Order: sequence, then C-alpha cells, then structure tokens
Amino acid sequence: MDFLRPQNLAEALAFKAERPEAVPIAGGTDVMVELNFDHRRPGALLDLNRVGELAEWSTSDSGVRLGAAVPYTRVITELGDRLPGLAMASRTVGSPQIRNRGTVGGNLGAASPAGDTHPVLLVTGAEIEAASARGTRRIPAEEFYLGVKRNALAEDELITAVHLPVSEGAQQFSKVGTRNAMVIAVCSFAIAIEGFQVRAAIGSAAPTPRRVPEAEEFLAEELPWGAPLPDSLKRRFGELVAAAADPIDDVRGTAAYRKHALSVLARRTLGWAWQEILGRDSACA
Amino acid sequence: MRVNVTVNGEDKQADDVWEGESLLYVLRERLGLPGSKNACEQGECGSCTVYLDDLPVCSCLVAAGQVEGREVRTVEGLAEGDRLDPVQQSFVDAGAVQCGFCTPGLVVAAHDLLNRVPDPSDEEIREALAGNLCRCTGYEKILDAVRMAGTR
Ligand SMILES: Cc1cc2nc3c(=O)[nH]c(=O)nc-3n(C[C@H](O)[C@H](O)[C@H](O)COP(=O)(O)OP(=O)(O)OC[C@H]3O[C@@H](n4cnc5c(N)ncnc54)[C@H](O)[C@@H]3O)c2cc1C
Ligand code: FES
Ligand code: FES
Repeated sequence: MDFLRPQNLAEALAFKAERPEAVPIAGGTDVMVELNFDHRRPGALLDLNRVGELAEWSTSDSGVRLGAAVPYTRVITELGDRLPGLAMASRTVGSPQIRNRGTVGGNLGAASPAGDTHPVLLVTGAEIEAASARGTRRIPAEEFYLGVKRNALAEDELITAVHLPVSEGAQQFSKVGTRNAMVIAVCSFAIAIEGFQVRAAIGSAAPTPRRVPEAEEFLAEELPWGAPLPDSLKRRFGELVAAAADPIDDVRGTAAYRKHALSVLARRTLGWAWQEILGRDSACA
Repeated sequence: MRVNVTVNGEDKQADDVWEGESLLYVLRERLGLPGSKNACEQGECGSCTVYLDDLPVCSCLVAAGQVEGREVRTVEGLAEGDRLDPVQQSFVDAGAVQCGFCTPGLVVAAHDLLNRVPDPSDEEIREALAGNLCRCTGYEKILDAVRMAGTR
C-alpha cells in the first residue's frame, strides 16, 4: 500500500487522476475502522490533511462555502449561527474525539444512508463541489446520493467543498438512536421553513437519504402563518413523512418502528421550527 | 515508511511503519508508549485518546502517515516527572480507577475539558466524556474525579 501525501489541492487532484483507486482519507473515522478490521485493502491512501484549501470556509453573498475537510467541531463553534441545521446535525455525530476529526466531506464520501449531515444538506439546498484534474462542478445534494454507500463522484474526483445558503428561516434536525451519545441514527429527520417554502428530508430510512415531497407540499399549503399549529396538521405531516420512508428491519430497529419514529420526529421538529418562526414574528411586531 | 512525529515534546522516528497502521499502533508497538490502550479499534471506547495538535482524538482512527511532522501528547506526557497532573491525581484520590483500562483515555478527555472549561457543569462533563467507556467504576467516581480536578 502507498501513502500519498499531497501538499495542496492541485497535487491531490493529480494523484487522484493518476491513481483512481487511491482512497482519500480526511478524518479517517470511517476509513480507519475499515482498515483496522481488514474490510478494505486499498492500493493507496490519499491523505487530505495537508491540503489547506479543504480545511477552510468562507462566506459570500450566496452563502457559505464549507471546505470538505473542516471537522465537525469547527462547524459547531464557527458556523452555528449561519448554518444552524448543519451545526445541529454535527453536534449529534459520535463523541468529541470523533467530532474533532470527522468531516462533512467524509460523511458525503462514505454516503451511508445513516449519515447525520445528509438530511440537512437536502433541506438546505446544499451543493457539493467536486473537482478533478478535468475541472470543477457542483452537484445538488439531491443528485449526490445514488444508493447505499454510493455517491455521484467520478473515480478521479474529490469533494472540495459544500455550498450552503445562509439560513434566514427556521431549521431543525433530530435523530433517534439507542442512547444519547455515540450512536449511528436509527432514523433521522431535518426540516427547513423559509420564505413560505418547506423542505423536509429523512435519513436512515431508505437506501439513500431523501426528501419527502408530498409532506412538503401539504405543509406549504396548510401552514397557518402567524398562528399556532393545530395538532391535526402536525399529525398529518408526520403520517406523510412516514409514508415516504422505505426502511429495512435491522439490528437497530424494525421498519415499522422507524416509520413510527419518523412520524414523531417530523411532528416534533415541525413544532420547534414553528415556535422559532412565531417567536421571530412577535419579536418583529 | 518512516514517520517523524513529536511525542510528549520529543522528536521521535518510527521506521518500517505499514501505511495503513494507526497512530495507536505506532505509539504502543513502535515507540514503547503503552499508556494509550487498545480496546475496540473503532472509535467507540475512547481508551486510545491522545492529543493530536492539541485536540483529543482516537489514536486508533488516525493513520500513522497523517501524523508526520505533527505533535502528539499522550497520557504519559501529562505528568511532570513524578508529579501527577491534577486530573491524574484526582482519579486516584476519588477512586475513579479500578482495572485502569479506560483511565488513560478518560484522563486525556477530562484534561482537555478542564483546559477549555475550568469549572464544568455535570452536563458538560458528561458530554465531554461521552466517547469514553468504563466497564468497572460506573462513572459516578469518574464524575467525582473530574469535579475534584476542576477545583485544583
Ligand atoms: C465511533 C464513531 C461514531 C460515529 N458516529 C457517527 C454519527 O453519529 N453520525 C454520523 O453521521 N457518522 C458517524 N460516524 C461516521 C463518521 O465519523 C462520519 O461519517 C464522518 O463524517 C466521516 O468523516 P471523516 O473525515 O472521518 O471521513 P474519512 O474516514 O476520512 O472518509 C470517509 C469516506 O469518505 C471519503 N472521503 C473523505 N473525504 C473525501 C473527499 N474530500 N473527497 C472524496 N472522498 C472523500 C473516504 O475515501 C471514505 O470513503 C461515526 C464513526 C465512528 C468511528
Ligand atoms: S481503541 Fe480507539 S476508541 Fe477504542
Ligand atoms: S476502570 Fe476498568 S474499564 Fe474503567
């Protein structure tokens, strides 16, 4: 096995073009588990830790450009106000040790249906910036997830950044796990309400994270702007979310449990998001 | 591959390192520092926690080649000579050590917490130690030890 240590992005892309089988390693929190347990024996590791361009974030009029290798801890401490949904999801990843190393780029690279950031990236309308020696392109989050642990990257491409609009509305994320800390999601849910638009997405409840269009449309039409939410509306929203899931039975939960839990998560996160919006409205008035 | 890394303030070299091995393996097997413990090799137990450039990480999940030129501080590097770090002393005094297997990782995680938050709430302590498992003490004594260290 080779250990490739590019010093900048151009070098990293050149390595990847030359050795497409090289496995990128950022925080290593997924890759090293696979190596330690002999689940993977790549011909080469491509270390991204020295590629300064990947470890930075910047802002512009259109939002935040978050470098692929910025660890979760920094997303939480440095971007919590601008990207509340992503920060919430980052807070639920692993432990402090895992959050000090793990990255959004790595979550996308692994493309596990249970990755915590995915539902948030879907509801915020994020775009994944991918680069290769051939050039750079942006992939909408919705087109990025292709199947269980499969994503839209070409074999010579690296994820360089994620572009997220700065939140003006309300964002919420929540997950169900078997305990409070350090668990991979049994199922997860994210919602963003902004400018009379609703986006919602589920994680760990289908082969890929996915949006729930029927539930979104229902909500956008029925939301009683400026007034409290009727329980019946929250309940119906939960039902539509659960209906959009296509979960499996596994050791962490049954499909039936996942659907039930999703309907509860949907109701609760909607309630929190609505409180936020009502609170802001009354603060303005 | 050869890896050059600063460990507990000293420049170290490890030779014949396999490209896929972990920092934990390098520390224990190549540099003779058995303080960091190997229990799960999958980031779940925290017993291998060390500082990497001032941040606590699971050394079992860092590839050896990634630490080239970086700074690592292990539990062995916390004491000054024979004088234990206040966190270590508090673990002893509070009886937060039984078999001791989880202790090095907990000490590093607690040390980092107290560096950032000198007087942590119980909730903050629990959150900071959420990545460290202990099979013996039942955590109450560990919480006592961290509270005690906070006052020292
Ligand atoms: C104990 C433990 C608990 C965990 N808990 C959670 C959790 O609660 N929620 C959660 O979502 N995840 C969790 N994870 C999984 C993991 O921490 C996350 O998926 C994390 O985001 C991975 O980031 P990384 O930088 O460590 O990725 P790495 O391990 O470095 O890489 C992961 C994958 O992405 C690829 N990759 C990395 N960077 C790039 C890039 N820039 N371009 C292209 N490909 C790239 C790698 O080749 C690899 O296939 C946990 C892991 C552990 C060990
Ligand atoms: S051995 Fe590294 S976390 Fe368990
Ligand atoms: S003291 Fe034995 S595992 Fe914690």
